[in-house]
Amino acid sequence: MRHILSLLLENESGALSRVSGLFSARGYNIESLTVAPTEDSSLSRMTVVTTGSDEVLEQITKQLNKLVDVVRVIDLTDGSHIERELMLVKVRAVAKDREEMKRISDIFRGRILDVTDKTYTIELTGTGAKLDAFFESLDQDAILETVRTGASGIGRGERILKV
Amino acid sequence: MSGAKMVVQALIDQGVDTVFGYPGGAVLPIYDEIFQQNSIKHFLVRHEQGAVHAAEAYARSTGKPGVVLVTSGPGATNAVTGLTDALMDSIPLVVLTGQVPTFMIGSDAFQEADTVGITRPCTKHNWLVKDTDALAHTLHSAFHVASSGRPGPVLVDIPKDVQFANGTYEGPAKMKSHYQPKLKGDLEAITALVAAMEVAQKPIFYTGGGVINSGPIASQLLRELVAATNFPITSTLMGLGSYPGNGDNWLGMLGMHGLYEANMAMHDCDLMINIGARFDDRITGRLDAFSPGSTKAHIDIDASSINKVIHVDIPILGDVAHVLEDMLKVWKARGRTTNSKALKTWWAEIDGWRKIRCLDYAADSKVIKPQYALERLEALTKDHDRYITTEVGQHQMWAAQYYKFDRPRRWINSGGLGTMGVGLPYAMGVQFAYPDATVACITGEASIQMCIQELSTAQQYSLPLKVITLNNRYLGMVRQWQEFFHGNRYSESYVDALPDFVKLAEAYGHVGMRIENPSDVEGALKEALALKDRLVFMDFITDQEENVYPMIPGGKGLSEMILK
Repeated sequence: MRHILSLLLENESGALSRVSGLFSARGYNIESLTVAPTEDSSLSRMTVVTTGSDEVLEQITKQLNKLVDVVRVIDLTDGSHIERELMLVKVRAVAKDREEMKRISDIFRGRILDVTDKTYTIELTGTGAKLDAFFESLDQDAILETVRTGASGIGRGERILKV
Repeated sequence: MSGAKMVVQALIDQGVDTVFGYPGGAVLPIYDEIFQQNSIKHFLVRHEQGAVHAAEAYARSTGKPGVVLVTSGPGATNAVTGLTDALMDSIPLVVLTGQVPTFMIGSDAFQEADTVGITRPCTKHNWLVKDTDALAHTLHSAFHVASSGRPGPVLVDIPKDVQFANGTYEGPAKMKSHYQPKLKGDLEAITALVAAMEVAQKPIFYTGGGVINSGPIASQLLRELVAATNFPITSTLMGLGSYPGNGDNWLGMLGMHGLYEANMAMHDCDLMINIGARFDDRITGRLDAFSPGSTKAHIDIDASSINKVIHVDIPILGDVAHVLEDMLKVWKARGRTTNSKALKTWWAEIDGWRKIRCLDYAADSKVIKPQYALERLEALTKDHDRYITTEVGQHQMWAAQYYKFDRPRRWINSGGLGTMGVGLPYAMGVQFAYPDATVACITGEASIQMCIQELSTAQQYSLPLKVITLNNRYLGMVRQWQEFFHGNRYSESYVDALPDFVKLAEAYGHVGMRIENPSDVEGALKEALALKDRLVFMDFITDQEENVYPMIPGGKGLSEMILK
């Protein structure tokens, strides 16, 4: 099953490497990993999307908690949460495809950020599943380049991850 | 204060009196400070690996963190095996490494290595200090992290310019850390365990290194609990000594080369109480055949050890001593009940397994049986203040089986990593901590050669170690597996062109003895033990193809032991 883990960790050099090293050393999956400093500059917030059975997830959470740099870990998928990922896609947009591309982008609430006579660069945010759906609805030959940030997540309502 | 001086000051403030190390370019400022003080004794080894193993044994035997000082690059990479050894066995170490100056980091400078990168997976935590003002705090944090919670090795990498520069020193009192592991166990879970103990028909205590790491009170409480409940007790290799080897309820070590009665009792029990052990694969054998009918409780300070390989019914997160204290309190308050009628039947069943006498071996008057040499050593040192170190292989298993440890921290060996070459530096580390004790290193002719250069260190500091080499001219455990599982094809397991160990010992300034006849074993051991101020290297020429029994072959269950 897919899980989204949110971590608060000390904003130290090497902290990212400790987390990624833990996943590779113990053979856990990483679907995506994002990290950036928080409003408190001594802490970073990391979102890791991983897959595994309940037993594997229990171990991942415990192993992460064991890292000295890691301050807190929660599994967002344990409760209601919001997940967002940003994707930039450069597509070929010529002749009659030009209008079609714009139409699909609008359907997914994408924004065209850059236009040339042959290409559009589209920005899209949403859950991973929405980005995948957008991807599948495009003519695959028209896709020139894509870049995705990986998911960030936050709990809904009163569910707050803080020190 | 200069960074180099801060290092020495922090060590003094942390109560360190012994450092194991080897100098080099990137730590010269710290060595200069060591030269100018008398509070800390520095022991010079012959290879950085020896320094880390010696420090590990210092920690294993005293309970205090072992401290190592080595240089950058090769000094640091040579420390990696010892760090991994300490991580696997939860041994507190503080390893200080020199580093090239901060402005040269990343330039492939002379003797530069990415030390924190290399050691990240083999330390509990590590730090690269780039600012002298942060040095003192980092050093104090290092001691805190190494010795709290589940202990482990930490490393502080200190660039040379940080050692030279001046900064503000702060003492350990000011140190604050969010790293504060939980010590008290959950009372509800403890009560659930006590309730299970009251009705259990076939209970067993399965103890490990966590009892020893928790401190002397944990061993005391364990003994009290065993005596009060009359439950049988077995232990992993790492936990030997927490309960006395001659105690009434002692079943002997369990696991791959554990005793028949210990493994059978683990397999058949209905309540397994794991205290500070971690269901290692050398203990469980095939997982789906591991003690299928039992309720399992697990006391551990490391949450990630719980439910890692074996699902447990009663998990208790906490320090062994704290949890045992509460267990005893709750058990007494509830009326000190056990199912004594069922226990009687259980003991009768165990006594039946004991009758197999799984450690018996065929005596021989022509060739020295390794078990015989160890039995004699055990008998002759019984009244000594003794410490035993071993390396890894057959001799280690025989020592674990035949030696009876009555106190914790007396049995020093590499459990998790299984590192050959540790025995001699381990013995040095123990003897540095306890100069008047009898320290014997039980070894084989293969293991001893992996760190044999340390015979020179032993000479420099007049360490009267007793090196007991069981020389079978084979990598014994490798050969045994090849005999059992690879059709007797002894691929590269024969140690050809062995040195003359007597001459070798003499060349280092020690006493060497070669013993070939069983009738000479007793006399030679007495003679060696009488040489109280000399290192004696005893080369016992033993039976070449003796095997360690019992044995659970890989992939088999606990009850599927090979006995002969």
